[in-house]
Amino acid sequence: MSILVNKHTRLLVQGITGNEGLFHTQQMAAYGTSVVSGVTPGKGGEWVLDGKVPVFDSVKLAVDATGANTSVIFVPARFSPDAIFEAADAGISLIVCITEGVPVQDMMRVRNYLDQKKVRLVGPNCPGLLTPGEAKVGIIPGDIAIPGNIGVVSRSGTLTYEVLYALKLLDMGVTTCVGIGGDPINGTNFIDCLSMFEGDPQTEKVVMIGEIGGTDEEKAAEFISKNMTKPVVSFIAGLTAPPGKRMGHAGAIVEGGSGLAADKIAALEAVGVRVASHPEEIPNLLT
Amino acid sequence: MKLHEYQSKQIFSKYGIPIPKGRVAASADEARAIAAELGGRVVIKSQVLVGGRGKAGGIRLAKDSHEAEEIATQILAMEIKGLPVRKVLVDEAATINKEIYLGITNDRAARKPVMMASAEGGVEIEEVARKTPEKIIKVHIDPLLGLRDYQARDIAVGIDLPREHWKAFLQVARGLWQAYTESDSTLAEINPLVITSDNRLVALDGKMVLDDNALFRHPELADLRDSDVEAPAEIEARKYGLSFIKLEGNIGCMVNGAGLAMTTMDIIKLFGGEPANFLDIGGGAGAEKVAAALRIILSDPNVKAVLFNVFGGITRCDEVARGILTAMEDVKPSVPMVIRLVGTNAEEARQLLADAKMITAVTLADAARKAVTAAEA
Repeated sequence: MSILVNKHTRLLVQGITGNEGLFHTQQMAAYGTSVVSGVTPGKGGEWVLDGKVPVFDSVKLAVDATGANTSVIFVPARFSPDAIFEAADAGISLIVCITEGVPVQDMMRVRNYLDQKKVRLVGPNCPGLLTPGEAKVGIIPGDIAIPGNIGVVSRSGTLTYEVLYALKLLDMGVTTCVGIGGDPINGTNFIDCLSMFEGDPQTEKVVMIGEIGGTDEEKAAEFISKNMTKPVVSFIAGLTAPPGKRMGHAGAIVEGGSGLAADKIAALEAVGVRVASHPEEIPNLLT
Repeated sequence: MKLHEYQSKQIFSKYGIPIPKGRVAASADEARAIAAELGGRVVIKSQVLVGGRGKAGGIRLAKDSHEAEEIATQILAMEIKGLPVRKVLVDEAATINKEIYLGITNDRAARKPVMMASAEGGVEIEEVARKTPEKIIKVHIDPLLGLRDYQARDIAVGIDLPREHWKAFLQVARGLWQAYTESDSTLAEINPLVITSDNRLVALDGKMVLDDNALFRHPELADLRDSDVEAPAEIEARKYGLSFIKLEGNIGCMVNGAGLAMTTMDIIKLFGGEPANFLDIGGGAGAEKVAAALRIILSDPNVKAVLFNVFGGITRCDEVARGILTAMEDVKPSVPMVIRLVGTNAEEARQLLADAKMITAVTLADAARKAVTAAEA
């Protein structure tokens, strides 16, 4: 078992003929993900991956022809909101937006539109999902995780890889890893994933990776205390981040006394979540 | 990106929000001329991108053009919280009957913009928010529908605004909503919005923060950036699409991904060191970007060691390695360099770097320990 992506995932890649899109399509297909089609407006009729994957002009055409149920987006930030709307309108049920730098007002419109439909968005500005041994949707390197019973959810990208890799080195496997992205407005949050992991019979423990900014970790702590029977271990990045500074493209910013790493750690520890002092300590806390 | 008061108010004015008559001046001469033109009492306001200008003596009243020149001379010589005052705004002085707060910002928890207002506007608004949050009226706006008139009326009622001002208030609220959306702001704020003694609503002070990610849509606004608030290295970093923040320590860090970059800083501190910077080389970092990043890190004389921590995903380790080699030829660093490369194309990267004299590490903890030791040596 797993959450969101598995061997039944039929993946469509938006922006499949671009540099990053093509590179990661190769990686996803090589991992064994069922990549059924791609979309690049104006390049319909072409094929990629040695003639194995057809390219369409629109998501609707790709869905009709190939039965795609999941879309991963690699198009530039200025075109990403439209790509998400297009996927949602074409009946895709899971949209994963890897692109970083999408304007926040666009994301508010996207999110409020998607909330009216039965569609889940993961991201933007995220590494995507990995269900080891079944499907890789996004850019998480496939060889850094093995199948197992730990659910991983993270706001970060490369920090997530750190954690997966640390687990793998100790032969600890993962059901699904979800990178929800670091932007202030995104499609899927900690609580959504914690709730799915709680309901997934194979997931026995959960790792939650947070960072400074916002109050999602505090809300997750409240959810954990009320709804989670499975143990949760956490790490929060940004203890040394100076307040008021935007730490990179992520939504990580400490604003006026809230959103501090120390407050998040305190909120999690208060409900019994064990918080690691660095990522490589996480495996110890899980045993 | 923060805008100055005068820039924010010019945008507000474009959307039909009344602002005081006035102009910005870069010299005391200009300030005198503007004051003379306005014919009498004016306010001289320092234009720096920090709060607390008034308390620092950066906002003062002048009774005539002669005094305006004198005060402008003084204010233009000031530094407020480390920022030089390069411009002053010369506004006609208003007689104020009442000060209101009105602002729009992004509520990330609600995933919607929120319009906030208070009958107790002015410099103490943060105090009001902390001590008596019930005095701040909040209305969430559907980003697909925009601000509806009834919502603006609800706010007017909520702050007990006399009915005679509702029409003018609706115009201000609509204008502020337009300014916020059409400039892709993350904050658009009027504080105070005043009722003058002749019963007009005027935006006396304004503040806007723009979404850096949306500046591609607004080249004319991108040009308004004030580089005084950023360290020169941060400006240089932005040219290459790098996120860089200078810190006080001695271990330079080059990392891909903001979360991992913060974690790398945290772990350096955990093992007894001090990070010299935050630096995220971002996704898909090519050789040129990496070389620029290394030059920026090494331009800080405090740096005694550099830690590279790259976990390949969208960024390919071999590209980073090529960038490091290019940069090393170029800068010829004299400080020890600790490197850790894991993930996409890490093996190719290791081969590329085999001959470079770098300290290698496998785990993050190992890399941090080695960097701390190297910096102390």
